[in-house]
Amino acid sequence: MPQDMKRLARALIEACADTIAANADRLTALDQAIGDGDHGANMKRGFAALREAADELAALPPSEALKKAGMTLVMKVGGASGPLYGSLLMAMGKTPGVDDGVDATRAAAMLAEGIAAVKARGKSDVGAKTMLDVLVPVHAALERAAADGADAKTLAEQLKATADAAAEATKPMRATRGRASFLGDRSIGHLDPGGESSRLLTHAICDVLVGEMAA
Amino acid sequence: MSTHKVGLVIVSHSAEVARGTAEMARQMGGDVTIVDAGGDAEGGLGSDVAKIMAAIEKAWSPAGVAILCDLGGAETNSEMAIEMRGGDPGAGIVVLKAPLVEGAVVAAAVAATGASLEEVRAAAEEMAS
Repeated sequence: MPQDMKRLARALIEACADTIAANADRLTALDQAIGDGDHGANMKRGFAALREAADELAALPPSEALKKAGMTLVMKVGGASGPLYGSLLMAMGKTPGVDDGVDATRAAAMLAEGIAAVKARGKSDVGAKTMLDVLVPVHAALERAAADGADAKTLAEQLKATADAAAEATKPMRATRGRASFLGDRSIGHLDPGGESSRLLTHAICDVLVGEMAA
Repeated sequence: MSTHKVGLVIVSHSAEVARGTAEMARQMGGDVTIVDAGGDAEGGLGSDVAKIMAAIEKAWSPAGVAILCDLGGAETNSEMAIEMRGGDPGAGIVVLKAPLVEGAVVAAAVAATGASLEEVRAAAEEMAS
């Protein structure tokens, strides 16, 4: 891979691992409120494994890097979020044309593939108070921004704002999938931990992309 | 009736629950291979794809393997393990939609008779209906 792509891949991995590590305790606290309290620790372990494999991943073409990163999350995260985030990345890597360069349109296509895999793996959809409630609106915003031909900075701001609003919107939802669904109405009023980790990752990825464009 | 018996894998978030359930199922299971895969990779509560994949290999039988699991993540990780094993998706390996303990005991009892994977599945899943 060209040097700038390698640098970008490494920067993305570092930024995702950093935000998960920095927020692990908060993710765990959110999960303790409506789940089994393992989301922070599980995600931290998985993204630490990605960080360890960063050099190896950065040397691969994007399709293979995403596949390998997804497999790593599947094997290392442990909870249901391992297969879910893992399937997301693996499916993104299978998107046609991933190795020919990624613009906003292709990124939207990748996220669409990833979301379809998360829905299938989790037997879930929007409205169940899960990571899909953040990923799906973020994808819609990405598609819109790509169609509008938005510049990187505008696109990043729009995606981050969408992710913030979407994560917040999981609060009044009643969980119907995942461990929180056992709580029924008691799941109402709490942020979904999976939605929150998806929000954090959206921010991290957007910030790296804007930073790289400016570099 | 085949001479090969369906193998069982018991997946729980707790290693102790998986071990205990496998122990109860063995009481009924005669020479059925029953392998427990409980807890996460570090021995804590959770489920672990690698552990489940290894358990499937140990329980492997030409008659097939039936997986019993407790909660959402155990099921998601079991389905992931089946897929990561490769080959035809789910060929000869099924996740039973049955309560863990009751399902495991019934599945073991039925598997011990030399019943097919479908018969084992039907008997265990009847528990949940």
